[in-house]
Amino acid sequence: MNDLPTQRSRERVTMTEHTTTDDVLPDEGTPVATDSVDAALESLDSDGLEGYNYAYLDEHTKREVRRSVLKAVAIPGHQVPYASRPMPLARGWGTGGIQASLSILGPEDTFKVIDQGADESINAANIRRLAENTADVPTTTDTTEADLIQSRHRIPEEVLTDEQRLVLQVPITDALRTVDPSDAANRRRHAHKNYGKMWVHLYENVVEYGEIKISSRYPTMVAGRYLMDPSPIPRWDVPKLDHADHLTVLAAGREARLYAVPPHTEVEPLAFDDRQFTVERFPEQACHACGSTDTYLVEVSEEATEDGDNAFETRYACNDASFCAKRRKNPDLPKDHHLEEAVDWGPGTPDAPTDDAGTPVEQGGAGE
Amino acid sequence: MTLLEARDLQTRYGPGCPRCVESTGDRAGTNQCPHCGSVVACADADLSVEAGEVVGIVGESGSGKSSLAELLALERDDDATTAGEVHYAGHDGNLLEVDYETRHDLRTGEIALVHQHIRDGLNLEFTGGGNVAEKLLSAGQRSYEDVRARIRELFDETEIPVARMDDPTSTYSGGMQRRVQIARALATDPDLVVLDEPTTGLDVSVQARVLDMFRRVQREEGVAAIVVSHDLSVVRLLADRTLVMRHGRIVESGLTDRIMEDPHHEYTQTLINSVI
Repeated sequence: MNDLPTQRSRERVTMTEHTTTDDVLPDEGTPVATDSVDAALESLDSDGLEGYNYAYLDEHTKREVRRSVLKAVAIPGHQVPYASRPMPLARGWGTGGIQASLSILGPEDTFKVIDQGADESINAANIRRLAENTADVPTTTDTTEADLIQSRHRIPEEVLTDEQRLVLQVPITDALRTVDPSDAANRRRHAHKNYGKMWVHLYENVVEYGEIKISSRYPTMVAGRYLMDPSPIPRWDVPKLDHADHLTVLAAGREARLYAVPPHTEVEPLAFDDRQFTVERFPEQACHACGSTDTYLVEVSEEATEDGDNAFETRYACNDASFCAKRRKNPDLPKDHHLEEAVDWGPGTPDAPTDDAGTPVEQGGAGE
Repeated sequence: MTLLEARDLQTRYGPGCPRCVESTGDRAGTNQCPHCGSVVACADADLSVEAGEVVGIVGESGSGKSSLAELLALERDDDATTAGEVHYAGHDGNLLEVDYETRHDLRTGEIALVHQHIRDGLNLEFTGGGNVAEKLLSAGQRSYEDVRARIRELFDETEIPVARMDDPTSTYSGGMQRRVQIARALATDPDLVVLDEPTTGLDVSVQARVLDMFRRVQREEGVAAIVVSHDLSVVRLLADRTLVMRHGRIVESGLTDRIMEDPHHEYTQTLINSVI
């Protein structure tokens, strides 16, 4: 476990009081006072990270995850099993994403973590700190500066390049589970590209709503072969995967499976010839903070500033917090501002007003 | 033109032994092998179906009718051991040995089965239209309006109220569910439809209407059919030729009129005399 020389020496320093004569130290941990929580915290003089391998996971685990990622890249959209180790947070909270990220991360990478578009959510901040502490990587909130982005349920608004990798956290790996709970039957369907059941699901959706109203986890064909659950990203983000420059790895910790969309791969949301795939629409709405009308907006309910009598108002805000911050400084910043050539990235909002900017305010609902 | 030709069909449930086939059947008076306990659901069954022809299979409950029908409709039962050959016009080789994909293509395009039990054939949570749409979409249709138009046409043809097409199938009456199954079976213009007990569980007036409807549609579309029933009057109404089964064997076969008027086999005579 502890075979890095630097860690060994650090450990020797912190464990002088109860050190044994043996040269190879068993990892006995740091003794703490047990009188009270405060006393216990007082007696700690480190983060307790001694003895952990680089990037938290041991080398065999990382190698196994990397092998699975390679397999996933070789068969786009196909779900590849991997071991999925216990992580220092509950399964379902992004353990798959963390394992993929930590296996791919190197010390020269810059890491960004977003949760539903926000860099500052507790979960995102903690995952970022884990990588900072164990993998020794610089972190950022700026999409364009990141080499590796781990994300829950969003693809950033700014165009990702072929230098970047995106890791998406996945709660449910199989798109077909919506129509049949049996994994065995669904695996057979994937093997034979038999997606009739999913098509009936879409048909029934149109019958009920007049259009396909699947809000997230939109069933998507990858490279014309496998039906993929693109994780709960909104429909808005699905077109960004099509012929993208970046690699997307989708990993599920609870289900111990991962899959990938390699760069320049065809990704096609299922739709009828005469009932097209559509993205979310925000007619007449703009981000209240930066005035953007071409980004994915979310409703935020906030206490009105004028009269505090339980008066709430619903406003729209950019979901991608870091891009919103940039737009607040420069409202005309294009999504491909950092690239030399213009790139068509995701949908715009055609029926949104061209410029109906709300007053830029300092504290936005989307965070900093 | 011979559409389907089957030879030596056999379905067995159980471990099996070399004496299974000789120890069962009409002469032995049982379909269970006394040596190993296996049930020989059907054996030594030969039959052929011409294009556009209706072949009836009658026999008492447990005589192997459904097992034979399932073999012919390429429906697989993992518990059963099957043997024999099924040759089908336009396909090389034995249909019982084709891979999953070919079988799936045949089942969506050319050979349709109307199941005895509604739940085997329909997804009751889907709408009636959705059940028919599944067949069309599996066959590769990708235009919503075309699918809708075809469903309306089929509902019209099979006399289901078109206004009900977007209701869940579970809210349909028994007769309507049968009709949806038939509409679904006919959706992709198959060459052969296998109907397993098409009128079981329906009251007589509804039975008559479903049979009338099927006879009309069958003639209009020129689709061949294999009709399995314990009810002689169903077979008399629909079938050109009839096979009589007992203890897993075909004991008599011939033109339906000949079987009804001049039954040769002792069992057939009893069967016809016992019609109330």
